[in-house]
Amino acid sequence: MTKTKETKLARSKQLNQAIAFTIFRLLSYFIVAILFIILTFIIMKGVKVVNWNFITQMPEEGMTKGGIYPAIIGTLCLVAGSMIFAFPIGVLAAIYMNEYVKDGIAKRIIKQMTNNLAGIPSIVFGLFGMSLFVNKLHFGDSILAGSLTLGLLALPVVIRTTEEALKAVDNTFRQASLGLGATKWQTIRKVVLPISFPNIITGLILSIGRVSGETAPILFTVAAYFLPKLPTSIFDQAMALPYHLYVISTSGTNIEESRPIAYGTAMVLIIIVLIANLLANGLRKYFGNKVKMN
Amino acid sequence: MYKIESKNVDFFYGTSQALKNINIAIMQNTVTALIGPSGCGKSTYLRLFNRMNDLIGNTKLNGQILIDGDDIYTKGVNVDSLRKNVGMVFQKPNPFPKTIFENVAYGLRVNGVTDKKIIEERVETSIKQVVLWDEVKDKLKKSAFELSGGQQQRLCIARALAIQPSVILMDEPTSALDPISTSKVEELIYELKTKYTIVIVTHNMQQAGRVSDTTAFFYLGELVEYDNTKTIFTNPKIERTQNYITGRFG
Repeated sequence: MTKTKETKLARSKQLNQAIAFTIFRLLSYFIVAILFIILTFIIMKGVKVVNWNFITQMPEEGMTKGGIYPAIIGTLCLVAGSMIFAFPIGVLAAIYMNEYVKDGIAKRIIKQMTNNLAGIPSIVFGLFGMSLFVNKLHFGDSILAGSLTLGLLALPVVIRTTEEALKAVDNTFRQASLGLGATKWQTIRKVVLPISFPNIITGLILSIGRVSGETAPILFTVAAYFLPKLPTSIFDQAMALPYHLYVISTSGTNIEESRPIAYGTAMVLIIIVLIANLLANGLRKYFGNKVKMN
Repeated sequence: MYKIESKNVDFFYGTSQALKNINIAIMQNTVTALIGPSGCGKSTYLRLFNRMNDLIGNTKLNGQILIDGDDIYTKGVNVDSLRKNVGMVFQKPNPFPKTIFENVAYGLRVNGVTDKKIIEERVETSIKQVVLWDEVKDKLKKSAFELSGGQQQRLCIARALAIQPSVILMDEPTSALDPISTSKVEELIYELKTKYTIVIVTHNMQQAGRVSDTTAFFYLGELVEYDNTKTIFTNPKIERTQNYITGRFG
């Protein structure tokens, strides 16, 4: 090639790259902008309503005034309940799948089933939960039924993220451990789990985020429109933030008047998820440092 | 009696045969080098002695692998005990993401030692054996990752020594290290052979010449020649060995 042809080619390659990177940058900003717009919108509308009273008081006057305290408590109970069910089972299942099962047909089938489970629409989970937990097992509309249903929803997320976390652990550590006479389970407990723990916690965050905002699974398993008292046992019904938001926006006693409360509810829900994310990120960093030290 | 023996050993990955009729007998307290071009089966062979190949699916072994006269592949052999007796050092240093102390203590803990004093003593002894004590004695609680590559490898050797094996398998232990660390590890191997039986896979023929008493030359899964190191390197009996040693092919 001649000198001028060379430089022309080089310059056009640079130009193409610059264009491509600019497009990527704009797209990234666009995504951040969307998130920013949603958050700003909700916060601007909700901040008129959200204050300490809002968070700590019961609803009054047909949900047009007062607070959303019972919905907050309900959501926290359901999230905790679903995690108590989904986290241990999910992590153990992932350990079994990744560390024990040999590659083959059985493993592929189980993996496919897990993926299918993740794709089931949440309302179908709700229906299933109602049939099994509420009716067949006679738990009734209850925190127990709701937690189990939400737990099922969260299970594939926990399993998948835990599996990825385990896969990311370099095999050389397992070999070193087994080479010293450790059993498989000792290797998992003392080497693999500590290393993958931060990423497993990330999976926990994702599940919490997923579960706090789910409306369909709690529709027929636990959620109540209005309860004068807080739940006192796992067999009680509960109010919940996403359901509360839905109800007062569509079929409450006075939709227009309740609208500010709806925005306040949305804002509180977002804040809870945000706090969960921050907390889990903090835990992740803490354990990430500890991993090198133990 | 020989410390380690392989008798008529064939090894298959699926249908592909990686080792053909390997017969080697190794005396106690010697260093044996396994040399040969890439892919000739020497690492596969090494891993037969602590049954690390068990971790790979779809493999088949014919023949016998004997340690202290006993076939280690018979039914009922406790693989964990075997690995306590036959330690391994890997090509790339792989200390755990734990403290220096806990790395060396790991083998003791998983094998049921709980006495704090014993653990502390053994850790110190092992680290001293690999001539690392002065460098790390004040930072035992620091992460093993803060050590240099050469130090990490010596730490891995100490980790293997802590559980008092009688055999040590080394799979190209210095190939990832700088020359100074390499020579330190080689000196170490020379010291260790008074107490242990060592089998070392190496790509580096000069290293084999430096550290080993006997050398086995592998080529495409076959054992071409096995003899005293001096003989192999100065007066090999097989032409192919001669060609490899002199660099006609690599």
